[in-house]
Amino acid sequence: MKPVSGERKTRKRPLSGTGFTPFIIRRLLTSILLVFGVTFISFSITQLVPGDPVAANLGQSAYSDPEIVAAFEKEFGLDQPVPVQYYRYITNLLQGDLGVSLSSKRPVAEDLKEYFPATLEIALVAVFLALIVGLLLGIISAVTRDRWPDQIIRVFSLTGVSMPAFWTALTAFYIFFFVLGWAPGTGRLEPGGEPPPTVTGLFTIDALIKGDFQTFRQAFSYLLLPAIVLAIYAVGVLTRFTRASMLEILGNDYVRAARAKGLPEFTVIRRHVLRPALLSIITVAGVAFASLLAGSVLVENVFSWPGLGQYAYRAAVGLDLPGIMGVSMIVATVYITMNLLVDILYRIIDPQMKDSA
Amino acid sequence: MNLLTVENLTVTLATGSGDAQAVRNLSFNVGHGEILGVAGESGSGKTMTALSMLGLLPYKGKASGSIKFDGREILTSSKREYRDLRGKEIAMIFQDPMTSLHPMLTVEVQLTEHLRHHRKVSKDAARNSALELLATVKIPEPAAALRAHPSQFSGGMRQRIAIAMALACEPKLLIADEPTTALDVTVQAGILKLLHQLRKERNLSVMVITHDLGVLSSLTDRIMIMYAGSEVESGLTTDLLRNPRHPYTKGLIAALPGNSASNSKNLLSIDGMPPELGNFPTGCAFHTRCNYAKESCKGAIPEVTNLNSTHRIFCPINPFSEVTSAGSQS
Amino acid sequence: MATLIKKTKRSKSVNSIWRQPLAVVGILIIATWTILAVFAPWIAPYDPNAQDAEKFLTPSAAHWMGTDELNRDIWSRIIYGARISLPYSLLLVVLSATLGSVIGAISGYAGGKVDSFIMRVTDVFFAFPGIVLAMAVAAALGPQIRNAVIAVTIVAWPVYARLVRGLILNAKQNDYVTASALLGSSALRTLVVDLRPNLSGPVFVLASLEVGNALLLLSGLSFLGLGAQPPSAEWGSMVSMGAVNFDRWWVGLFPGLAILTAVLAFNFIGDSLRDALDPRTAKALRD
Repeated sequence: MKPVSGERKTRKRPLSGTGFTPFIIRRLLTSILLVFGVTFISFSITQLVPGDPVAANLGQSAYSDPEIVAAFEKEFGLDQPVPVQYYRYITNLLQGDLGVSLSSKRPVAEDLKEYFPATLEIALVAVFLALIVGLLLGIISAVTRDRWPDQIIRVFSLTGVSMPAFWTALTAFYIFFFVLGWAPGTGRLEPGGEPPPTVTGLFTIDALIKGDFQTFRQAFSYLLLPAIVLAIYAVGVLTRFTRASMLEILGNDYVRAARAKGLPEFTVIRRHVLRPALLSIITVAGVAFASLLAGSVLVENVFSWPGLGQYAYRAAVGLDLPGIMGVSMIVATVYITMNLLVDILYRIIDPQMKDSA
Repeated sequence: MNLLTVENLTVTLATGSGDAQAVRNLSFNVGHGEILGVAGESGSGKTMTALSMLGLLPYKGKASGSIKFDGREILTSSKREYRDLRGKEIAMIFQDPMTSLHPMLTVEVQLTEHLRHHRKVSKDAARNSALELLATVKIPEPAAALRAHPSQFSGGMRQRIAIAMALACEPKLLIADEPTTALDVTVQAGILKLLHQLRKERNLSVMVITHDLGVLSSLTDRIMIMYAGSEVESGLTTDLLRNPRHPYTKGLIAALPGNSASNSKNLLSIDGMPPELGNFPTGCAFHTRCNYAKESCKGAIPEVTNLNSTHRIFCPINPFSEVTSAGSQS
Repeated sequence: MATLIKKTKRSKSVNSIWRQPLAVVGILIIATWTILAVFAPWIAPYDPNAQDAEKFLTPSAAHWMGTDELNRDIWSRIIYGARISLPYSLLLVVLSATLGSVIGAISGYAGGKVDSFIMRVTDVFFAFPGIVLAMAVAAALGPQIRNAVIAVTIVAWPVYARLVRGLILNAKQNDYVTASALLGSSALRTLVVDLRPNLSGPVFVLASLEVGNALLLLSGLSFLGLGAQPPSAEWGSMVSMGAVNFDRWWVGLFPGLAILTAVLAFNFIGDSLRDALDPRTAKALRD
C-alpha cells in the first residue's frame, strides 16, 4: 500500500522494522530444514546405489574372512537396517557427532577440522580475486557494450567458464613450477615445513597471528597458484553476471533520469548503476564461493592440496558414507549460510524491499 | 527570439530489423516562457524528439537536422557539451515517478547531486536550495523528506520531487514526458497546476509531451500533433482544439471522453492501430486510417498549409479547408 | 495459433544465430569434432590403442601430438576420444533435461503442496555439492562412463525443473491456457499441446548452455578415475595421464585443449542462442 500523499511512512531503521525478526527466524528454520534435506538425500542416494563399503575398505584377505567383515560392519553400524542407520546418524548429528570415517577410521568432525580450513583458505583467496577481476571486467564490458572491449571480454569470460579446472591446474603447474620456477610446488608448505600453531587452520592467518612472517610468506606462495586456478571459473561467472545485471540496470528509467541531470558518466555508473547492481552481484559471489569449495576437488588433486576436495575424493572412492555426508553437509551449510546472509543483507540495504515486505 | 528552434529533426533508431526513422523532418519552436504541448499516440516519435533535445537517444540512436537552443546549435555538441547543458539549461521529467527516481538513493542526494556538479556549490548550500525546492513543489516537511527514500512517497509526491530535481539548477527549458500519465486523476490536476505556476513565477519554457489532449487543453499555449514521426498539425491551443483541420487531430479530439458524451452519435474513435516503428506508410503516413484519404495520399509527402500565422497542417488534400466541418465542435 | 507463434519465433532465432560470429565459430568447431568422431577410423593416423610407437615421443611430423606412456599416438586417441566425450555429454543433457522438465512440469502444473514439496527438494539439490555426490554415486556404481552419466544426471536435473516450473507458472496466467482449461481439455493435453511450444525454446537453450558443463563434469570424473576407464581414449582420463607425467607437457596439454575447444564451442552456441531469445525468457534462464 502506498501512503496517502503527503504522509510519509514513519519506519526508522530497518532492523527495528516489525517484519525483520520473524523473517530471520523463518529463514533460519528453512535453512536448518535444508541441511537435513541434504543429509537425507545424500543418505538415500548412497544407499540406493549398489556398492559395498566393506569391500571398499577392507583388504582382499580381510574381506574373505567373515569374522572380520562382521566386526567391521558392527563397528560402523552397517549391520543395522538402513532407517536405523539414518536415525542414528541424525541423533548423533544433533549432538555434533558426524560419525567415524570408514577410510580414515577417525571421527569425521576431526577430519573436517583438519581438511576444511585448507580448502577455505584457497577458496577465500579465489573468491576475492574473482570478485575484483570479475567486477572490473563486467563493468568495462557493460559500459562498452557491443564494442571491441566488450567482445574481447565476452570471449575471455566464456573461455574462463569453459576451461577444465584439472587441466588448467596441470598446465599452470607445468608452466609456473616446471618451466618458470615461480611457483613453489605442491602442498601447503615446503616439505618438512612446520605449520603454524592452529587457531583458524588457515596457515596464512595463523602465521600472522603468531607473527611469523616467513611462514606466512611461504604459505601464501604455496596457495597462490591453486587459488588463481580455482578463481578462473568464478571470474568467468562473475564477469558475465556483472555485465548482465549492469545492462539491466542501465535500461532503467532512473539511469536515464540521472543522465538527464548532466552528471558525468562516471558518477552515473558508480552511484546509480553499480550500487544496485552490487547487491545481486554479491548474491552470486556468495553462491560462487560455495561452488568453489566443491570445485576444489579437481584442483586439489593436481596440487596435492590437503583439503576438502581430496578428502571427498577419498571418501567417495572408499564408499565412506560418513565421510561423504560430512563433506556434503559442510559444503551445503556454507551454501545455505551464504544465501541466508545475502538475504539478510538484501533486507538491510535495499529500502524498496524493506518497504514492500 | 525563440528559446528553442528545431529544424528538420530526423531521429534514426536501430531496431532488430535494421535502422528506422522514429522522427522525420520535424520543425518546431518553443518561445521564452511558453508552454508547448506535443501530442500523439505511442510510437509517434514524441519521446524521441524530447530525448534528442538532451542528446540522450537510446543505444545506437542518431539525430540529424538542427536544434538551436538559446541561439546556439546544440545537435552537434560533444558529449561533454551536452552534459553541461543537461540538468543545467534543459531539464526533463519522466513519465513514471515510480521508476524515474533511484530507489536506493535518498531524496537529498538526488536533489543535490547535479546542483553540486553544475554549480559547484557546497553541500550545505545545496541542501538549503533543496529545502527551498521541496517547499516550492509543496512537499510537506521538506527537512524530513530530504532524508527519505523515494519509496516512502506516493506517486504524486514523487512526481513533485522529480520536478524539484529538474528545477534544481534553474533550467530555461523543462521537458515533461507524460508527467501525469502514471498518476491518479486527482493528483494530475495538482501537478498541472504546479507546472503552470512555475512557468509564471520563473518564466520557464515548458515542453509537455503526452498522448492525452485533455491534459494539454488547460496547460499549454500551443499544441503540436504528431503522427508517425512527423507533425500533422500545430497551432495555438484554443485555435487548434476549437478548429482542428487535420483528420487525425479531429479524430483525437472527437475521441476525448467529454466530447463523445456530448456527441455520442459521432463517437469518432480512430480505426486501426498506430503504425509501428520502421513500418511507417509512404506518403501521408495517416492515409491508412484516414476516412478522407484519396489515392494521391499514398504517394505525396504532405506539404505544409499555413492556415494563419500560428496554425498549420500537413495534409495532402486538406478536406476541411473551406468550411468548418460539421463533425467539429465549437 | 500457438503453433504459428512458435514457428515465427523459432525461425527468427535460428536466422539471427547465423549473424552472430561466436555462434558460427562454435558451430564450426562442433561440426569439426563431429566429423572427426564419425570418420575417426579413416582420419586417425594410428590405431588409438596400438602400442607400437616409442613412449613419450615429443610432437613431430609422424606423431603430431607425441605419444603417451604406453607408446600410443595422442592425436589418434584424441580423435577417438571425441566418440566418447561428445555423445555422452549430449546423452547426459538429454537425460537430465527430460527428467528435470517432467519434474518441473508436474510441480508447476499441480501447484499447491506437490509444488512446494518438489521445490524444497530442488532447493536441497541446489545446496548440494554436485560433484561430491556425483563422485560418490559414480564410485558406488563402479567406475564406468555410463555410470558417470547416471551420476551427473542425478545432480543436474534441478535447473531444468526450476526453469520449466517457472515457465508453466507464467503460462498459466495466460488467457489461452485458462481458456483451454475452461473448454474442458485435460491437464495432460493442456501441458502437451498448449504449453509445450512455450517451454521447448527455453529448455533447448538451457540444455545447449549445459552441454559444456556436462562435458566438464564427465571429463572431470574420468580425470579422477571415476568415469571412463583405460584403455578407452577419454579426454579427461588422458589428461590424468599427463598429471602423472606432468613434465611431458604434450601428454596432458592436447587432450585438455580438446575439452576446452568443445566446451567453448557449446558455450558460444548456447550463449548466442540465449541472446537470440526474447529478453524476458533470457532473464528467466539467467536467474
